[in-house]
Amino acid sequence: MKDFNGLAFGLFLVIVAITLIITYWAAKRTHTTSEFYAAGASIPGWQNGIAIAGDYMSAASFLGIAGMIALSGYDGFMYSVGWLVAYLTVLLLVAEPLRNTGKYTMADVLASRLNEKPVRSVAALSTIVISTFYMIAQMVGAGGLIKLLLGIPYNWAIIIVGTLMVLYVVFGGMLATTWVQITKAVLLMGGTIVLSILVLSKFNFNVGDMFDKAASMYGTKFLEPGLRFTNPLDQISLGLALVLGTAGMPHILMRFYTVPNAKEARKSTVWAMWIIGSFYVMTTFLGFGAAILVGKEAILAVDKGGNMAAPLLAKALGGDFMMAFIAAVAFATILAVVAGLTIAASSAFAHDFYTNVIRGGKATEQEQIKVARITAFVVGILAIIIGIAANGMNVAYMVALAFAVASSANLPVILLTVFWKRFTTTGAVVGMLVGLVSALLFTFIGQGVMGKNAIFPMQNPGIVSIPLGFLAAIIGSLIGKDQKAEEKFSEIYVRANTGYGVDK
Amino acid sequence: MQANLNSDVSASAKGARPQTEWEKIAESAQFQQLVRKKRAFLIPATIFFIVYYFALPILAGYAKPLMATKITDSINFGYLFALSQFVMAWALAHLYAKKADEFDHTASEMRKNMRGGL
Repeated sequence: MKDFNGLAFGLFLVIVAITLIITYWAAKRTHTTSEFYAAGASIPGWQNGIAIAGDYMSAASFLGIAGMIALSGYDGFMYSVGWLVAYLTVLLLVAEPLRNTGKYTMADVLASRLNEKPVRSVAALSTIVISTFYMIAQMVGAGGLIKLLLGIPYNWAIIIVGTLMVLYVVFGGMLATTWVQITKAVLLMGGTIVLSILVLSKFNFNVGDMFDKAASMYGTKFLEPGLRFTNPLDQISLGLALVLGTAGMPHILMRFYTVPNAKEARKSTVWAMWIIGSFYVMTTFLGFGAAILVGKEAILAVDKGGNMAAPLLAKALGGDFMMAFIAAVAFATILAVVAGLTIAASSAFAHDFYTNVIRGGKATEQEQIKVARITAFVVGILAIIIGIAANGMNVAYMVALAFAVASSANLPVILLTVFWKRFTTTGAVVGMLVGLVSALLFTFIGQGVMGKNAIFPMQNPGIVSIPLGFLAAIIGSLIGKDQKAEEKFSEIYVRANTGYGVDK
Repeated sequence: MQANLNSDVSASAKGARPQTEWEKIAESAQFQQLVRKKRAFLIPATIFFIVYYFALPILAGYAKPLMATKITDSINFGYLFALSQFVMAWALAHLYAKKADEFDHTASEMRKNMRGGL
């Protein structure tokens, strides 16, 4: 398996060619900042929904959750639930107000009421921290997976992924990113549906038979909670970070600016929820199929993390071609997610920090887009360097950390800006900083980093850092008045609730 | 309408703050009613999905015998409850989308009335 896989590599080249054609097509349509950051707000809701799903479902979900279900049964399935339910927070509380009051980034919403320079600076900082940790997790995961799947050396895998994401974003901006994500979502769903049907056909399409077989091979404990997660509080803490953090993830939020209005933003969320939910339901078939048809031992023999469960299942069911196809799909998955992260990180630096803080909003259109492209290029180069440097590091905690920062630093201030009249600039700055620092601190003194002797006895900091983020934002607001924020509240509140001023 | 709103807002920032158009809308009976209707849906819906979701890790952690109760074949309550979370999320999303179309309708009616008035 670790040898060079020619067939998979061939399919991988086909996918790369498709994405480069998309980029060429998108580059001819990307001239202004609105086109670069938000695809000119012209993406229909349903397409954006597919792109959100493509942006969100990482290789970690595809290969990781299938593997987790194959090895730990019920706990793996339970883990996947929070990733869908999180979209209810996005749909009910965040997507429409964000679309109605902002332009390209989450900081736009805060700046609509609060003192622009401080809130944009801190929001850009938290966006860059989130994107960096998420990106490192993706890059290191990608390097390892591509090595396993295609037989390409780790460093080369990182360089290829990094170069492609730079090409997509620098030349094709949000339009190319969107279509790479749509392509990936279609491939991923197609592959998952085919594998699920093949698995079910082995049990005469009787799900009960599949459960019976799993129970007879691995005992009923396999179908009950507790094989993997032993600390319920830690699970609740993770659940909080997922359910509140998704609605604070810059690369997801940015997608809502690509649609023309709040109604399309809503439609995109519902579309994304159908795709993401169906995908996670089907991972049960992949995980159980792998446990029964491949066997836990065979899965563990190839990769201790269980990441190869789905590709091995594909090989067992459809031979080398099917396995090569699934490997290529996993590769496309990685590309789509890192492209989304690259454009989110660039927008935080170029739009929030450079254009609006350093230049006071006075940079010309051409300067803005030039800086945005240079930033995307630099982000890509840094991601390659960090990815190579982090080879072999434990990055498992980094995805959870990204969600913890998003839920503790970003979500409280987004909600309070839109819904609370007394919210102030001080509250926003203090809230974001406390949320950010406490999420980082409790992760680094927690079990994910320090192991069994950790000072904080959990892996996930959310249960502590989220309330701290909210409290700091509220207390920071109560200690002083912010005349402008209070005067502007009516405007933001009306716009958030009606779409006046944005809607065409 | 947009031009009107903007000029009013900038005028109010300089002077002793006459009420802006935005504030007039915010205080209008129609807008207040729209916000009340939205809240009447959003607050219970949010509480409901949060409670329903966190019941899963709580039951999985503290009510293992319940979760292990077999329902049909080897499929147990825990699995069906986890699966029901997907159904709950989809159903609530559609319910909200339907409600939100009504909110949109009210908002555009309001806008028409205001255009007439301005």
